[in-house]
Amino acid sequence: MRRYLPFVIVAIVALATVGTGFALYRAKRLTAPNAPKNSAASGTHVRGKAEALVTIEEFGDFQCPPCGIMSGVLRKIEEKEGDRVRLIYHHFPLAVHAHAREAALAAEAADRQGRFWEMHDLLYREQAIWSKAPDVPNLFNSYAGMIGLDLDRFKKDLQNPEVAERVDGDQKLGTSRGVTSTPTLFVNTVALPPAAINPPGLNKAVETALKEKSKP
Amino acid sequence: MILYGVAGLFCLFGLADATYLTVLALTGETAACGGQTGCFEVLGSAYARVAGIPVASFGVAGYFSAFTFATFAAFNYARARMFFALTVSLLFAVTLWLLYVQAFLLHAFCRYCLFSAAITFLLMGIVVASPSPRTSRN
Repeated sequence: MRRYLPFVIVAIVALATVGTGFALYRAKRLTAPNAPKNSAASGTHVRGKAEALVTIEEFGDFQCPPCGIMSGVLRKIEEKEGDRVRLIYHHFPLAVHAHAREAALAAEAADRQGRFWEMHDLLYREQAIWSKAPDVPNLFNSYAGMIGLDLDRFKKDLQNPEVAERVDGDQKLGTSRGVTSTPTLFVNTVALPPAAINPPGLNKAVETALKEKSKP
Repeated sequence: MILYGVAGLFCLFGLADATYLTVLALTGETAACGGQTGCFEVLGSAYARVAGIPVASFGVAGYFSAFTFATFAAFNYARARMFFALTVSLLFAVTLWLLYVQAFLLHAFCRYCLFSAAITFLLMGIVVASPSPRTSRN
């Protein structure tokens, strides 16, 4: 029996490694929202189903701290409501934020490889870090690498005029809709008043919109 | 024999670390680096992959091989000691390269990578401290 013991131990460890790795892989994959993502087709960044009862539109600036806070709130709403809610994101980088435009360009460059939302979530989550980083472009390259982007392509896309046009286009759209500050949120095309742009205000607006849409 | 048992235990720690890093690289999960610029700079760098394959996955293979040889060595398989020493030496050489990359090319360190480096240094210490396969019996 002792003769076979090392084989048994090695086999158990091999199985445990593969099993744990696979379980971890599935768990990490599942943490990403599984709702459909759409951006390239319509030119808009959408997370959620078209038939969702409530559409939340955000004009955001990746370097604006309240946008970072609202991003977490939006994420929780998406997780809680599932297919009943969808999120549309528009860039609105403010000139007062030194790296906001760079961040918007990074998100657009990530979109060219189908990873807009991964970069969006990462930029908001790490906002406090990169906002004060000495070498922001280098850090954005690292973020791109972490989310599995082709780095050379990402760097090229950052210089692509079409990428800049997307950001400018969103900004023009925001201006045409009366956006002057960030975050500006629309719930089913109705703009939230500035006093309601906070976690309880947004939750209430979404609940109200859901109730209205759920009425027979 | 106890020395190889301890080595096997260290290998398991290294295996867990490398498996975790491989999963992070394959899923694009970033939460593990949350708040640490150095972690992003290292794991998101071009050095973190070789031909598109995460470097950590080579670590999984390396630590698993080392664990296998340490286990067999603990059960008195003489050749396993030699293979264990070779595998750990290879892991050690790669670790030195990765430490060089972090210190001098990226100027950033990742805690998961430093943990793995510490494990490899301990394994190398065991290889140096263990009796030579030629001089020991069996």
